[in-house]
Amino acid sequence: MADSVGKVVIPGDILSEFRASEKTSKVALGPGLRQEGEEVLVTKGGILRHKEPNLYWIDCHQRRYIPAKGEDVIGIVTVKSGDVYRVDIGATQPATLSYLAFEGATKRNRPNVKVGDLVFAKLLVANKDMEPELVCIDSGGHSSGYGVIPADGGFMVHTSLNLVRKILSPNCDILKFLGKNVPFETAVGMNGRIWVKAKTPKDTIVVANAIASSEHMTNAQIRTMIRQLLDKLSGF
Amino acid sequence: MKEVPMSTCEREFILKAIRDRKRIDGRQTYDYRRLKVSFGMERGCCIVDLGDTKVLAQVSGKIEEPKKNRPTEGSIIINLELSPMASPAFEPGRPTESGIEMNRILERNIRDSRAVDTESLCIVAGEKVWSIRADVHVLNDEGNIMDAASIAAITALSHFRRPDVSVMGEEVTVHSPEDRDPVPLSVHHMPVCVTFAFFDQGEFLLVDPNRSEERVMDGRMVVGMNMHREICTLMMSGGMLLVKEQVLRCSQIATVKVAEIIELIQRALDKDAQARQAGEKCGFAESVPTNKITTNRKEATAIDTTAAAQQASQVIQEAGPVDKPMSNMLVQAPGTVQIGEGLVNTWDVDDEDMESEEKEGREKSVTNGREAVATSKPTERKRPVKAGEGTVSHAEGSDSEEEETVMLFQGDDETKSTEEPDSTALMQPSNSDKPAKKKGKKKKAAQK
Repeated sequence: MADSVGKVVIPGDILSEFRASEKTSKVALGPGLRQEGEEVLVTKGGILRHKEPNLYWIDCHQRRYIPAKGEDVIGIVTVKSGDVYRVDIGATQPATLSYLAFEGATKRNRPNVKVGDLVFAKLLVANKDMEPELVCIDSGGHSSGYGVIPADGGFMVHTSLNLVRKILSPNCDILKFLGKNVPFETAVGMNGRIWVKAKTPKDTIVVANAIASSEHMTNAQIRTMIRQLLDKLSGF
Repeated sequence: MKEVPMSTCEREFILKAIRDRKRIDGRQTYDYRRLKVSFGMERGCCIVDLGDTKVLAQVSGKIEEPKKNRPTEGSIIINLELSPMASPAFEPGRPTESGIEMNRILERNIRDSRAVDTESLCIVAGEKVWSIRADVHVLNDEGNIMDAASIAAITALSHFRRPDVSVMGEEVTVHSPEDRDPVPLSVHHMPVCVTFAFFDQGEFLLVDPNRSEERVMDGRMVVGMNMHREICTLMMSGGMLLVKEQVLRCSQIATVKVAEIIELIQRALDKDAQARQAGEKCGFAESVPTNKITTNRKEATAIDTTAAAQQASQVIQEAGPVDKPMSNMLVQAPGTVQIGEGLVNTWDVDDEDMESEEKEGREKSVTNGREAVATSKPTERKRPVKAGEGTVSHAEGSDSEEEETVMLFQGDDETKSTEEPDSTALMQPSNSDKPAKKKGKKKKAAQK
């Protein structure tokens, strides 16, 4: 169904007539699509997307995170047990994070992680039959941005997965436009959690609310909304 | 299922913001979230939206035997349902401790304060009484279920109509709604809960805490109050001590909030009653557009007009000054202008008739004008056109909607109607606001 690309499909729809690509005859099915025998079924309600040469998937509004290998997520440390931390990443199962998976950590030199802390980490193992596993280092053993997020003055918003994907896409200029006017730090987890920190709590609240409310807006609308927010901030 | 844990980062930030007199959703300390009361198709069904918190209440009634010790009183049962649909933290099955607590507050607030008269629910003393049951379902929990539930319960009770009953000797007949109009319950007063959240051992307080504020608060206080400033319930929970002044302050805030809420409820009830009487569509299903699957109801959004304003100013600059007016305009009377000579009268009415009637007085000419509209342009009949509307609108002449009515007065009689300065002066104030309203509507449409 090459025609329904960009249109709404609902669970149970059967898709056919995929666009043939020059390079390969195979079609790659992304989230929301499943092959049942000869047919391709839709398993999520949303908009059918296509990317050259042969990738199909469904964009939908969802809040439950399904771990995928290599994605960056923000987790909340819930339990310290033995040599691992249990971290809530919004998936069905808690993820594990070894205390050795931090920069410069050794058996003797444990990282300072407390229950309730936020960690920005990468998914090392994401398998539907196994517990997800997180790491806070890259393959070279450096932190490269991962690690415990300090709890001084930042705030985290819980949003839908769709919004996170939108924010991270190069077409969306909310972070660029917002950052030009209100300087802030941010960490965006693919599990629908966005941590922001600006100079003052007031600015942080403004940034967090601007991001959270931008889900169904176009770039032009986002600019208007941010302009209005800034007017209010400066006391117009 | 367990709820998503709260990180120290969020907790600290919310507390810090509260100490700075700020809230994360941008409200002020004593602000409620947006409150919306809507009703179902059936009587006694009410949905309350408090921000993202959503509560549904449904009232039903049946005939039962009364309690032995109170043979002349009907009963009122209030049941609060916390289903897992509202929040993953709620387990199905047995109600939790907090669920029982909230249910008890609702009962104390509405039943024990005698808000609904139970003696009028008696049919035959000692044998048959009405038992009224209010089921309050929490559909979404985004904090402060208590206030939303109390508003939903009392509104549903005042919205409910029970079937009329008549007693003939031993026989009791329940009349159907077609037979006799159902009767409302006698609601003496409307008690409503106002929740206060306390932080830092009662040093800071907030009205209407949302979900994240509820999770970091030290304790809360629920004040149930009615319009007459009578406290019906007062409940404090959480391990903290409050000074006397703080409690008094809360009750004073509650009086203001309760007055606002009850006014809103009353307005919603009146609006629904009017809609039902006029036979219009009512019920919350009507308020949601159903023809599209991808869209939900959206608030009007602002449009960026900076680019358009720039363009407009550019156009004005480029255009330069206007050399001469579009046509020769003749000022007939203050506020009216004649454009062109006018055409021959094409209406069925004779000119002489018109003239003679014109002399008779203003009212006559107005009615004549209306008739003429009806006869000459049958398509326009739907729109109630007043003769006066035409006279004024041709003076401004820019509104496209008014064009057709302008046509009507470009005939010979145009000059006559404008020759009466009194009548036009009288017309103007009543008509001047009409085009403005239309423009307003257009703007709304454009925003949508």
